[in-house]
Order: sequence, then structure tokens, then C-alpha cells
Amino acid sequence: MAQRTPLFEQHQAAGARIVDFAGWEMPVRYGSQIDEHHAVRRDAGMFDVSHMTVVDLAGDRVREYLQYLLANDVGRLRTAGKALYTCMLNEDGGVIDDLIVYFLDDTHYRVVVNAATRDKDLAWIGEHAKVFGVGVTERDDLAMIAVQGPQARERAVGCLPPAIADAARDLKPFSAAAHGEVFVGRTGYTGEDGFEIILPGDDAPALWQALSAAGVTPCGLGARDTLRLEAGLNLYGQDMDESTSPLESGLGWTIAWEPVDRDFIGRQALEQQKADGAPYRFTGLLLEGRGVLRAHQTVITVDGEEGEITSGTFSPTLERSIALARVPVGTGERCEVEIRGRRLPVRCVRPPFVRNGEIKINLD
Amino acid sequence: MSDIPGDLRYTKSHEWVRQDDDDRVTVGITDHAQGALGELVYVELPEVGMELSAGDACAVVESVKAASDVYAPLEGVVVEVNDALADRPELVNEQPYDDGWIMRLEQVDEDELAGLLDADTYLETLEDE
Repeated sequence: MAQRTPLFEQHQAAGARIVDFAGWEMPVRYGSQIDEHHAVRRDAGMFDVSHMTVVDLAGDRVREYLQYLLANDVGRLRTAGKALYTCMLNEDGGVIDDLIVYFLDDTHYRVVVNAATRDKDLAWIGEHAKVFGVGVTERDDLAMIAVQGPQARERAVGCLPPAIADAARDLKPFSAAAHGEVFVGRTGYTGEDGFEIILPGDDAPALWQALSAAGVTPCGLGARDTLRLEAGLNLYGQDMDESTSPLESGLGWTIAWEPVDRDFIGRQALEQQKADGAPYRFTGLLLEGRGVLRAHQTVITVDGEEGEITSGTFSPTLERSIALARVPVGTGERCEVEIRGRRLPVRCVRPPFVRNGEIKINLD
Repeated sequence: MSDIPGDLRYTKSHEWVRQDDDDRVTVGITDHAQGALGELVYVELPEVGMELSAGDACAVVESVKAASDVYAPLEGVVVEVNDALADRPELVNEQPYDDGWIMRLEQVDEDELAGLLDADTYLETLEDE
């Protein structure tokens, strides 16, 4: 039986095309997926991301626990509400999941993990929490709405409970404020400014309707995928998984090597890989001509070596096809992608493709 | 509800066929198919002169989300393709039965054409989906 978020009825009433996503019935688009994409780049759009898993962690040793569990270092979080993007690795340095962790106070943190990896994440988090005496509470009573776009914060602030509106307005990027069970983070997955609002499921439909009345466009998972790809943001299960390390996935920047005496799960394997030199690197690709790059297409270098596209799509902002790919370390700027038996020229570019409404790569 | 013109023939894989002449037909994808795919951003057309058998994958329509094959509804030779789709793939969304056509086939067999689904039967297959 597929699960539904507290906003399912809103999606149905809006005529959304519903698809199964990791066991959840989610809206893939309401009308035009391309219009939804542009709404976020140019104005404000909202996404129901209530299928994501919110987990609260509590205990006297919770910081020490997270410093061991996560490849990025929560020791860097010193202000209440500050957030950190990180990978959670296995002993081999493979990525179990990517997540956002919020520092609430010295004995409380909140993490948000992917819906598709919920079961294994909870098992892994729980197994290690026991050792540190950390309490793990899955918050399946909460919903989450992401409001994204250049006008997102302005439109959303007026829809928030008055007690949190001022704090939300003043939030710095990658930090959060809370009042009661309403939690507002200035974070997102689109390359635009905005909020991710976590709140009790029962209160979510009223907020959704208020945001809609304030001119925020409902957007489906389809637009969410093209937006994150343009922003050069990885998707777990496509761009990285347990068989790939952050070093081969363009996520080396999320590993906190310092302090050198911090032992975290996967550190030894990553250090070995760093010393040996990873055989692959992660890159953005721009298709020179017509067509659409897709996951699992083969990338062929000038020397005849092969790589693979991990995510590909048509970019509504660029009106060209773009991709993220894992390619041999020696790959030059020009290479080819095989699409249905034909080889088409592509150019390696450094993501993001688009950020804050601006094209960030050279299209010529 | 999607549009299913009564004067066309259909396949279960959502192509439509219009008889233009004794042995010549136009082929496209149905309104239901374009609606399910969403906005098309690329169409890969067959080569003129290709000899097709019924069921051959002969074109590809790509939406933002995914690529889907278009199958030859019946045997024939490709005599014309809709080159306008190279610049304007969205014509398939806007006018699936008119300017959004995909290819024209000749040397088709009238009995094979008559054996394709009529509009009512195609509608029933949609209701079963």
C-alpha cells in the first residue's frame, strides 16, 4: 500500500499527475513541468517533500556520535539552527545516504534523510546511536514544504505563524529557526533562495493553501529534478550510492579531513583512496547539439576510455541537454556520449549550470 | 479526457494512423500518449526510405522526464518525416493529430490497416490501463 503525505488531497484537487516515488504517491507535475521549473527560477514555487524522513537525535554525547557517524564535521556548527550538508558513509567509504543535519542545542540535533533510503538509514543511525546512548526519534508526524525561488522568502514569511515570521525573515543561508513544532530552514535543493518548512502534518494543508494564495506555484518532483540538476546538486541513488565514494561523486568538499584525529566511519577507506588517487572524477556535461542526455549513457573520451552519465535531462533554463557524469580522471574538455548507437559531442563543464537564476557555464 | 478522433485507426502502444490514399498513411502518437509523456523536448525521426515491419521501434519521443519509443503500426516504407519537429517538438503536444504528425508510410496493406483498433476499441484499452 503506497503512502500518502498530508498534502495528498491538495495535489489531487489541483489535478496533479501522481507517480510512485519510493513507495509514496507523489505529484510529478500539476500542469506544465517546464512552467513549474521557470516559476522557481523567476518567482516562487513550492514542493511537498513530506516523504523525506525527519529524525531527531538527543543525548549528552550526541555531538560526539554525529562526529563519528558523518563525514562532514558537526563540530563546525556552533550557532543554534545552523545546518550542514554531509554524507553518511559505510566502512568502505561508500555513501549510505546524503543528508542535512541541524544543530539545535548541545544535546539535540535534527537530521533529514532521503525517503528512498529510510529503512537502512534508520537501522544504521540506530545501531550506532546505542553505543553513544543517543535517543533516535523518527518524526513521521511532521510534514515538509520547500518554498523556493527569488520571491520565495518574501511570499512565505507572510504565511508563517506570526511567532516565527520575524525570525524566518532574518535567517542567514543554511540556518534554521523554530517555534514550537514549526521549523523553518533557509535551505533547499533548487539552486535558488528559499525555505524548507517542517511542521505538524495536520497544519500542512492550511500552509499549502496560504502559500498558493500568496502566489507560490505548486511544483512536482519533475521540476524538482531539473532544478537540482541545473544547480549541480547530486541525487542519492543516481549520482552516488554505497558502491561509490564522495571523492568519485563530486562531493569531496563535504568531507571534513580536519581535525585529523577525528575518526569517522569511512575515513580510513577515503584516506586510502585519496592516497592512491581515485580513477574517476565527477563532471557536468553539456550536449553540443540536439538530443537528451540520460542516466547510464556511456561517455567516451578522446582516448577511447569510458565513463557513465549518472543523471541527465533537458535543461529548461539553458534549452539544452545537461548531465552529471563519472568520467576517467584524464578526460579532457571534449568527449562524446553514445545515444542509441550514435556518438554525439559533449563538453565537460563545471557545475552548477544555473544558480540564483543565472546561467553559470559558457554555452558557446 | 483525451481526444480520440473517430476517423483514425490506433494501436495499443498509442500510435494513430490516418489513411491518406490507397496505400499511404500518416502516423503520429495519440493525445493520450502526449498527455502522459508531458512536454516533448526532442523527437528522433526515422530515415526516409526505411522499410518498417509492424512493431518496429522507428522513432523516439523524449519529454523532460523520459524517452519513449514510437512503434510502426503496420508494415510500410517511410516516404516522409515531419522535419518541423526538430525545431518544435512541442507540436506533438499541441496538435497531436495535425501538425504534430511523425511520419508518412507507403506500400501499406489495406487489410493490415483495417485490422488496427478503431476509436471505440482504443478508448476501451485506455479505460483498462
